[in-house]
Amino acid sequence: MKKFGVVIFPGSNCDADCYHALRDVVGVPTEYIWHEERDLSGYDGIVLPGGFTYGDYLRTGAVARFAPVMEAVAGFAEKGGLVIGICNGFQILLEAGLLPGAMLRNAHQRFSCKYVNLRVETPDTVFTRMARRGAVWRMPIAHGEGRYYADPQALAELEAGEQIVFRYCDESGSITEEANPNGSVGNIAGICNKKRNVLGMMPHPERCCEQMLGSTDGRFVFEGMVSGLVGGVFAED
Amino acid sequence: MKARIVITLKQTVLDAQGATVQKALCNLGFSDVNEVRMGKYIEVVVADGSEAEVRQQVDEMCKKLLANPIIEDYRFELEGQEGKK
Repeated sequence: MKKFGVVIFPGSNCDADCYHALRDVVGVPTEYIWHEERDLSGYDGIVLPGGFTYGDYLRTGAVARFAPVMEAVAGFAEKGGLVIGICNGFQILLEAGLLPGAMLRNAHQRFSCKYVNLRVETPDTVFTRMARRGAVWRMPIAHGEGRYYADPQALAELEAGEQIVFRYCDESGSITEEANPNGSVGNIAGICNKKRNVLGMMPHPERCCEQMLGSTDGRFVFEGMVSGLVGGVFAED
Repeated sequence: MKARIVITLKQTVLDAQGATVQKALCNLGFSDVNEVRMGKYIEVVVADGSEAEVRQQVDEMCKKLLANPIIEDYRFELEGQEGKK
């Protein structure tokens, strides 16, 4: 049976939501991993949850990337293990250099906390394998620093490698300025690495896995990861 | 020896905080304010050594942690290195 781990850093606050979504809703064995852990053997998927690690001191994710567990996460990702960074987890992946680019304060001086529409730009990742290209998923965001930035060259590389996984869009799937909640370049809401086993996304799939929460689209992300693992295509062991 | 480090967003990056403060200053009546850029100021005290050594050390600190070279520029000056060149 495959096993997932949810990392807890000082200041993580979406860890319990991720744990619940994986263990209770999706139904996959899941454990918490303390940030001082250095050994991730036995895990198949790792979640870096949202929150305000280390108080967001210096820059979001800047200090968390030096936590002992992050070296293990880098090695785990290198070997093909699945890693998903959500919100602050995305910011940590950027600071750690596991994904390209950086995060800035929202362009319109607001903490954005609302449901948004996301266009699935590529179904060619475990995280989006349940979608067809161009599908629109509804998920909540909750962040003050979610303005994704990459310089033109890095952006061109992301485009060329089809590494842009989600873009903010309107209900019909059109990428518009009005649908961009934070000023991210190219409406980017989520990207993956070249090997396509590491995903960073600002929206919170763990907060929308049950109908009573307003949407169940988040389940697709986790179920995609689990079914990808069961297929054995992505784990390199 | 003390390093006084100033970190700012690159000119090519929109400074949302600075833009907001600029608007507030204009609302206050300072209508001549054309631009505000906000940044961080950090003081780091390190053991005395040769200026070149300390300079290299602080530069590395900035590159590895204190600044994010993708979005930020940094500069610093050293204080207290007199006579220790």
